[in-house]
Amino acid sequence: MDLDALAGCLSSSACLVTQTTSGLIIGMLLFLVAVGLTLIFGVLKVVNFSHGAFYMFGAYFAMTAYQLTGSFALAMLCGAAGTAILGLIFERVFMSRVYGADVLMQLLVCYAFVLIFDDVVRIIWGPEFRSMGMPAAFQVMPLFIAGGVVPPYYLLLIGVALAAAVVLGIGLSRSRIGKVIRAAAHNPGMVSALGINTGLIYGGVFALGGMLAGLAGALAAPVRSLTPGMGFSVLIESFIVTVIGGMGSILGALIGALLLGLIRSFGSLGFPLFTEGLMYLFMVIVLVSKPTGLFGKEAA
Amino acid sequence: MTRTRRPGISRRSTLALMGAGAMTVAAPWVARAQAKTIKIGMPTILSGRVAQLGTSSRNAVMLEVEKVNAAGGLAGRQIEMVIRDSKGQPQEAARVARELVNTDGCELLIDAEASSGAFAVHEVARDLGVFCIHTNSETSALTADPKQHIPNAFRTARQGVHDSIVGGSYAAAIAKAKGLKKWATCSPDYAYGRDTTAEFTLYLKRFAPDVEIISESWPKLFQPDYTEVVTKILQAKPQALYSCLWGGDLTSYIDQANIYAMFGQMEVFAVNMADYTALTVVKNLPKGIHSGNRYIKTFPGTPENAAWGDAYKAKYNEYPTNWSWENATAVMLMAEAAKKANSADGKKLAEALAGLTIKCPFGADGTVTMRAEDHTLVGYAIGWGTTIPQEPYVPEVKAGDWKTIFELEAEWKKSKGYT
Repeated sequence: MDLDALAGCLSSSACLVTQTTSGLIIGMLLFLVAVGLTLIFGVLKVVNFSHGAFYMFGAYFAMTAYQLTGSFALAMLCGAAGTAILGLIFERVFMSRVYGADVLMQLLVCYAFVLIFDDVVRIIWGPEFRSMGMPAAFQVMPLFIAGGVVPPYYLLLIGVALAAAVVLGIGLSRSRIGKVIRAAAHNPGMVSALGINTGLIYGGVFALGGMLAGLAGALAAPVRSLTPGMGFSVLIESFIVTVIGGMGSILGALIGALLLGLIRSFGSLGFPLFTEGLMYLFMVIVLVSKPTGLFGKEAA
Repeated sequence: MTRTRRPGISRRSTLALMGAGAMTVAAPWVARAQAKTIKIGMPTILSGRVAQLGTSSRNAVMLEVEKVNAAGGLAGRQIEMVIRDSKGQPQEAARVARELVNTDGCELLIDAEASSGAFAVHEVARDLGVFCIHTNSETSALTADPKQHIPNAFRTARQGVHDSIVGGSYAAAIAKAKGLKKWATCSPDYAYGRDTTAEFTLYLKRFAPDVEIISESWPKLFQPDYTEVVTKILQAKPQALYSCLWGGDLTSYIDQANIYAMFGQMEVFAVNMADYTALTVVKNLPKGIHSGNRYIKTFPGTPENAAWGDAYKAKYNEYPTNWSWENATAVMLMAEAAKKANSADGKKLAEALAGLTIKCPFGADGTVTMRAEDHTLVGYAIGWGTTIPQEPYVPEVKAGDWKTIFELEAEWKKSKGYT
């Protein structure tokens, strides 16, 4: 424990700015992955254990597009669109067959695809780690805000993730499609009786979830190394986020992810050997005091 | 009444047969020793996160074995390599090694495992008495600890303590010249990271006593994001940073530290940077990172080393790794030992190998020696230099001084109670 370092940081604006942005970027990337997970669970009632694979594919798609075109925007677009299509196919062809089955069956299908997707990446891109590299536009000096260091790329990253959160939140609560999705989550039988194609909605939600994870992967690609299996650790943390925030809650995923990010960035100062432990400890506290998560709804 | 001998197998001949059978089962390499080809078993890591290193070990061995076979083989016997995947698991490495000897009839072993597996294979070699060269384990204790010593096992890998002595003295010289007193460390949180960092700082402080470690970070192995570690180090404002992160972890770290402009704010010493696996992958390699040599075809700067690196690249379409040269050296040493002993028998090879000096592209002075007293490789090229973003990546490597290494190594062994 190094509480002096933590106290010293909290009283210095430079340190506060640097560590807060560092927590925000970890949190926002995590949010993009976790919100897809929570959305899929909320509507489809399946826990998508293969969700980390979409994060991985997003990163690899972005890297390949960037290498071919040299355009960063196109790389992000490819990462997101590619995983959306993949999500749609995966849901229609495989997941839709196990909706009625028990949890163990769904888990097995997902786990099988974790292994299959990892091997597919290994076959296409090779087993070695790869790196996309930072686009030249972002290879600039970091900004100094109140003495704290903030890289411009991370500002973009936080902005994109925040925009996704806002669009998602408003879209689900205000738009017609959002209402249909919420209705389908609540009572799929009634929705299909009204002549709405629930299969399409399920596929669409899965594609959306995959797309968000893919976007996170694409945004992370310039700063994290790409390896087969890279989705796994992200998946674990996303689960912690959804458990803390409440399964099925978008706001919960946002708050949970940001809390986790901040725990990491400030925890590494105060508790350098217990940063990981802090995360789990926090999850345990939430589970004990509010088993449905901070924003989870009580089971009907 | 006279007892007639029934036709068939008598008790005596049955016993003899069983005895011979037991002998063959217990020591199959003896029974097959007269076979024309000689099988060499090689457990290594061909799947998982470090598969690239295992594959590069296999590649290097095959490159050298082809040369030996073309020149007539090991004492006239053609080599047949039997290479198996251990998946990086020690118990699997031990099982594979045992199976290679007992079932596949391998007479010699090249153990291309990481440290965890190497100690397991070492016990198999002790048990079976089979000739074995460890090619990848850099953990000093494997040969330095007299309890580990057996006459039939050798090591052709670099040794952790050699690296630390050279790294510590190199870093201390720069620390003194540039007045770098406040240091931070950032290394993966497992045995290798902890031990290597401790040894490096030990020698750094020995050569530059006023150095102070003001911040330590221990990220998990294979952690995807290092942002909080990067910002923590920035807060501590050290003048220099040491790291033994490696592979994908190191390239992630560099990419993430780069956008915080960390490399302009402190001198960075990353012992595992100058390996082609990392150098060729990282896209925006900062100029001026200090690194130890792993394998680089420009050090030693001899035509032989450059030719070897190019030949490897021509055959496998990628550059060799640190594990490649260590494995190639094993085959080179075995070939010379077989010539000297005029035999491929494990016992005779071991006798010929102890104390053997051979010409070798990876030698600091063009030769390497298998030290007789502890069966480990010495005299290999070892040094530190700074990076540039394109080939040759590390234009100048400052060679370590083997005289100093020997002195401090002897001292270190004494402090550990090994001598």
